[in-house]
Amino acid sequence: MDQQVKELIEKEINNNKICLFMKGTPDAPQCGFSMAVANILKILNVEFKGINVLEDQNLREGIKKFSEWPTIPQLYINREFIGGCDIVKEMYENGELKEVLKKIL
Amino acid sequence: MAMNIKEIETLIKKAFPDATIDIQDLAGDGNHYSATIISSQFSGKSKIEQHKMVYNSLKGKMGNELHALAIKTKEKNGSTS
Repeated sequence: MDQQVKELIEKEINNNKICLFMKGTPDAPQCGFSMAVANILKILNVEFKGINVLEDQNLREGIKKFSEWPTIPQLYINREFIGGCDIVKEMYENGELKEVLKKIL
Repeated sequence: MAMNIKEIETLIKKAFPDATIDIQDLAGDGNHYSATIISSQFSGKSKIEQHKMVYNSLKGKMGNELHALAIKTKEKNGSTS
């Protein structure tokens, strides 16, 4: 994968404890799955950086390779790939996500 | 470009012969599905690994022919972790 894209992704996940690669922005999501994850983070009242992959085609494809994950959104917490919409939803419902966030905040 | 339930099920079944698979067409448009897969192959694997195994079984169709597939994985005879 493109070195420049890799560096951009690494910079984002190193500089932001909670990083959401998504379609659209947290306030104007462009896809229901991205909206669902952004809303969960809002409900949990945590600050996060939303990165709009629709603004950069290289980033949109690059993040899939970087995480070895074929879909968007993708959530990173403390540089660790947490998962996509299904996993985040499940972790929210069973309380795991709250525990993970508690540890880093 | 779309896939039907049978095609998705066939691919998943090939990778998880022991699995119980339930696929729903969420919007009735042949584009948005959910799949619940219960297999012993998931035991001892993290949620991310489990979902990756399912994506792999779809052989690159996820994100291309297959636009949206919500995945729920469960271990057979195990907890739903």
